[in-house]
Order: sequence, then C-alpha cells, then structure tokens
Amino acid sequence: MSHGLVTPGTTIGERAAAAIADPGLQRALRNLDTRRYTARAVADGMPERKDRAAAIRRETLGDLEGWVKRASTALSGAGAQVHRAATPDDVNRIVIGIAQRAGATRVIKSKSMATEEVDLVEALGAAGIRAIETDLGEYIVQVADERPSHMITPAIHKTVDQIAELLSRVSGEALPADHEAITEWARARLREEFLLGDLGVTGANFVTADTGTIVIVTNEGNADLCTLIPRVHIAVVPVEKVIPRLSDLADLLPVLTRSATGQDISNYLTMVTGPRRAGEVDGPEELHVVFLDHGRLALVGTEYEDMLACIRCGACLNVCPVFRRISGHAYDAVYTGPMGKILTPLLSATGEEGRELPAASTLCGACAEACPVEIPLVDLLVRLRADLRTSGPVGQRASARRSTAPGELNVTPISSGGRRPGEGMATAANATPLQFGRRRSRPWSYWAAVWSTPRGYRVSARVTARAASLIAGRRAPDAGSGAAAGRAAAVRWSSRAWFGTRGWSASRDLPLPSVRGFRDRWRNRKAEGW
Amino acid sequence: MTHSPRVGLFVTCVVDQVAPDVGIATVRLLEAAGAQVEFPAAQTCCGQPAISAGEPEAAARLAQHFVDVFDHCDAIVAPSGSCAAMVHHWFSRLLPHDDRVATLSARTFELTTYLVDELGRNDLYAGGLGAPLGTTVTVHDACHGLRNLGIHDAPRSLLLAAGAVLIEMDEADTCCGFGGTFAAKHGEIAAPLADDKLDHAAATDARWLVSSDIACLLHLEGRRRRTGIGPEPIHIASLLASGLLA
Repeated sequence: MSHGLVTPGTTIGERAAAAIADPGLQRALRNLDTRRYTARAVADGMPERKDRAAAIRRETLGDLEGWVKRASTALSGAGAQVHRAATPDDVNRIVIGIAQRAGATRVIKSKSMATEEVDLVEALGAAGIRAIETDLGEYIVQVADERPSHMITPAIHKTVDQIAELLSRVSGEALPADHEAITEWARARLREEFLLGDLGVTGANFVTADTGTIVIVTNEGNADLCTLIPRVHIAVVPVEKVIPRLSDLADLLPVLTRSATGQDISNYLTMVTGPRRAGEVDGPEELHVVFLDHGRLALVGTEYEDMLACIRCGACLNVCPVFRRISGHAYDAVYTGPMGKILTPLLSATGEEGRELPAASTLCGACAEACPVEIPLVDLLVRLRADLRTSGPVGQRASARRSTAPGELNVTPISSGGRRPGEGMATAANATPLQFGRRRSRPWSYWAAVWSTPRGYRVSARVTARAASLIAGRRAPDAGSGAAAGRAAAVRWSSRAWFGTRGWSASRDLPLPSVRGFRDRWRNRKAEGW
Repeated sequence: MTHSPRVGLFVTCVVDQVAPDVGIATVRLLEAAGAQVEFPAAQTCCGQPAISAGEPEAAARLAQHFVDVFDHCDAIVAPSGSCAAMVHHWFSRLLPHDDRVATLSARTFELTTYLVDELGRNDLYAGGLGAPLGTTVTVHDACHGLRNLGIHDAPRSLLLAAGAVLIEMDEADTCCGFGGTFAAKHGEIAAPLADDKLDHAAATDARWLVSSDIACLLHLEGRRRRTGIGPEPIHIASLLASGLLA
C-alpha cells in the first residue's frame, strides 16, 4: 500500500523506535488514557452481558457458512443483492462494476475496516471514481494520505495542532487548533460531499441472519447519510460479521460501544433492511451487500477460529502498553494493536504479511482481559510464534486444526477481587494441546536437552556465572573506569547468554549471575546460618 | 496450624542463578509461617522462556522434567507468579497426556498467595516473629500472576501487616515491558515501558518498588541503573524477610 506512515522504518522495531522518539505522537497518544480507563470501568460492570456476547459470536462461528447463507437469503428477501468475494480484488471488482453500471462517479464512504483491508478507495481511484471518507477521523487520514492508526479513532496519532494545520492547508483558511472549530469546518465541508454523492459505501458492524438487517454504529451520523442519500448503497461485510438474530443486538451493541469508547450506546445507530420500497421517501434504489472471505472461512475449525469472534471494538488497542507507546503505524498493517498482530498474519495469503508482529508483544494479557468477546489473544500470539517458525500461510495448516470440540467457552467464575483470573485465557479444562512436530529451532532443542537434566542445568549455570565473572574481573585490577568497563562487558556477555541477543544491554544493565547460586547456598545452609 | 505443611520449593531458574537471596528469603518466610521446606535438587526451569519464544517442544521437555521432579510434593511454592502461572496455564497444553498435570497444577502456588490464602498467614510477624518494617512501598502487579492467577490482594495484605505504608502508583497493573524474550528482542519498546513504570513509581515517593516477580524487577532495576529514576526495586520476599527476627 502506498499510504504514508508517520513512523517509517523497515521493521516494527525501527518504526517503534521512531514512534517513541516522536514527541508530537507521544503527546497525541496520551488521549488514549482516559478512554481506556472509562472503557475498562464500564465494561467490567457487565460480565454476564460479555459472556452472552461471547457465546453469540461462537454460535455464528460454529456454522459460519450456514449463517452467511441464511443472512444472504434474508438480505435477498428484503430486496438487497448479495455478492460473495473470495479476495480483496474480488471486492474491488464487484464494487467498481456496480458503480460503473450505475454511472456513479462520487462515492461517499462511512468508516469501515473491511474497505481498508481491501484498499477500496485506492482501487476506486484507479478506476476514475472519487471516494471521500466522511468519518472525521478517516477524512483527516485520507487528506494526509495516511492509513488509520486505530480502528475506532483513526487519527489518534495526530495532535489537534497537527490536524488544524493539515486542514488549514486543505481549506485555504487558517483554522484554529480547536476541536469545535475544526468540527464545524469539517461538517460544512462534508455536507457538500454528502449532497453530491451518488454511491454510498459502508461496512457493517453486524448483519442479522433472521431479518437481513445491516447494522452500523457511528458517533457522527455519517453512515445515515451514506446509506440514505445516494442512489446506490454498497455494504462491504466480512463474513464473520453475521449474527444469528436481530435480538442479539441487545447484548452485542452495548458490549461493543462500552468496550470501544465507554459509551452506553453510540450517538447514532444505523439499521438498513432492504433498499427503498414503493411509497418510501428515503433510501437508495439499489442495495448491495458484498461478503468478504479473504481466508476467514478457512480459519473456522482451526485453533485460530476465536479470532473471528472479534467485533472490532478496539479495547485491546486501548489497554495495550505497547500500542499506547508505538501507535498504529508502527505495525505497518491495516489492523493494529494486539488483534492486528494476530489477524494480519492469519489473513495473509502468502504468510508473509505481519510475520514479525506476534513477537512484538510482552504477552502481558491486558488485551485478553479487556476483550469483550473473550478471545484468548495471548494464547493465539504464542501459537502464532510457534507456527511462524516455518514459512507459508499459517491459518489453514493441519497443525492449526482444533483437536477438541470448537465453540465451547470456559468461563472462569468471578474472583473475590472483581477481576476474573484467566479471563480471555482458556483454562486447563478446555485446554487445547500445542501441536508438535513442526520445525524446531536448533538452539532451543539444545537448551531443552541441557536444561531438562539437573546436571546439564547445573553445569550451564556454573559456566555462565564463571564466564561472566571472568569477563567482569578482567580489568578489575585497574579499578575505577577499568572495572566499570569490565562489568559492562560482562553484562553484555551475560545478557546475550540469557537472551541470545544484544537487545537487552543497549538500554538496561543486568546483575551478573551468582557464582554461588541458590542450590549451593541451600547445601551450605547450616554453615551460612540461615 | 495443627501440623506443619510440607512444601516443595521451586526456586525458579532466575532466582537460583541471579538472585539467590530471594530464594533464601522465601525459605525463611515459609518456615516462619510454619511450613516444612524441601528443595528438590533436581529442579531446573519451568520452560517459560521457550513458550515466550514460540518453542513449545522445548517447553514441553522442561515441563515434563518439572512434573517428574515435583509430583511427590504436597504443595509446590515459587517466589514468582509468572512461573506458577506457567504451570497452571501451559502445562496442560504442553503435556496433554500426562494425567499428573491437573492435580500438580492445583498444588502449585505463588509465594504470597500460598502464605495468605493457603496457610492463612496474613501476618507473618505476629507473636513477636518480626519487627514492623516502618517503610514506604509501592507495588507493581506482575502480569501473569495478576491475570492468570488473580494475585492482587495477597502481597498487599502481607506488606500492610508487616507495617509497611503502601502508596499505590498509577497503572500498578500495567506491564513493565519485560515480557520474556520481548525484553531483548524489542529493547526499544521494553525500555520506555520500564521508564513509564519507574515514573509512576517515582511519583509515589515510596522507598521501595515491590513486586513478586524477579524478572520484572531485574528489568526495572537494569533500567534504573541507567536513568537513576524511581524507587529501588525489591522482591517482596526479600523485603518481608528483612523484618523477621529469627
């Protein structure tokens, strides 16, 4: 993709370092803080609803193709035309075809991660069709020729000053660095686009299989205008967005909005069932739904199936200590944060996109804890690390096949402290074994061989400690700076012995390993008098 | 206690090799609480580094060794929530056919929760065993202990009962940036996360930055040596044992 990244670099490490060194970005990211605490506090108060939401998502995944077929029947029954797209290119071809047949030249878009995933705006542009983003955050990143950095707040990586400067350039007038002034200007600017648009493109937060209703949550009401004003409305919908029943929204909507922004309900809720009917004054003449697969159906029945339960609330991004420091562009991917680290390599047809992402996690589990639909994000990250040792696409491999019944959730009871231990991390009762037999790394095989015997472990510990103390003592007689240099060399060496890279010693010291470890001290306990 | 419980100490590889004093403090606390401590000398490591590296086969080999070494123990106690969580969370996945794993996991505890929840020893200094610490502390909740095992209240209640003044920092439950292999592979992210943690801890003006996981503490102390910011990191066992009179 050609969009700019505010934090350039060829690896996530380089881009992360650029992000951390960017004071403007760090200032902008502070806006995430209040949001994450609001989201956590509100979502914590509704564990039963979260459990129901999680169960509804698993119900869909238990028979995803079946639910998509049922939704398609309901959508057709309501007068919509349903398309199936296997790849991003298929989506773009279908949308461009509809636009050309309708003679549409001006597309107004509401926010949609699916259209980001297929890079629809760029494809439309290449076909001579101008598409404009009407969500303010998306509009800002579109004007800046960037990619959204966060799926709920696409321009969270920009400060209000940077946004004012950017939009002043676009408008030719000096806009003050003030949220309200910027919003006022954007409202007037986008109103012109709304009125001229002849094709509306949206995503969908959910599509109901019983009524064939497209459900879109916004805070700006722009999806209402995108679905009501143009002659044609196209919704691009990843297959897993289907839910069984309209009534499921009673649980899913509050869980989504509370987890996303801490709101009980979004400012606007757009529900579209079919195109304009005879006698109605609003709505498009044509309604199309394009179901996007892009490798998703192949994940059903694998260890990665849970990832399809994701409702794109962004809670895992907001609570992620890594995301809050490096922001979305460091991931160089459409989906960012913890869920992006998993979904990006899973959706990659070649297995090349996002390969480096799963390793860039502390595995702290804040994401899994915040996830309102109980996706075991940490488990999936670890599994991906193992599966990514070999090249090629990961999701569909035999090793990813589930060995126990899918769709069963193990819900841990609420602990006395209000926190649910193991939340988002499956517990022993429904543990699925990690598959073996894939390529093993030679250093780790040696390590395991040595450290799984008491003698090997003891010898290795002694060698490390002795070597470190030798290196540290090499210049000790000089004392002063010589000793310090020797110690620094020993720290570098022993941190490599422990971690296998130099990455530790660049920013931190390490205490040198004890020549007399605990087991020696224990043996001499009496003599030492403890 | 009517009888003294027998405890197998899993000292963990990091404490064994880098911070043996924490192991000694752990033994002293367990004994002060009335436990009979055994140190199975064949123990090595729980295998967590390999899980973090995405090497389940290597992890399974270490897990198997752990089960063989500790299965005879009534209770297994480690001065680390992370290593105890490794046993609880990953062993059943790594060793699906070893039916000793489920009960062994249930008998494996992190030190502070074992003292408080299992032995009911909220106050280790009762009966003249220790002198009040009379110092100020702030607590860093280590992630795996907190999220896999729900360890939150036990370390705090032990510190308060030992006469420490607890000053909670902002974001006590946010990761310090260690993260196993992450700490070395992504030092460029790990170090700023340590800075965030040390800044929050410094804002409390506490004398000690206490945690129940040595790996977090080594990472934080390693960073603090470069920046000079934040209170001195200390393992909770070391601080609590420092007040014991015997």
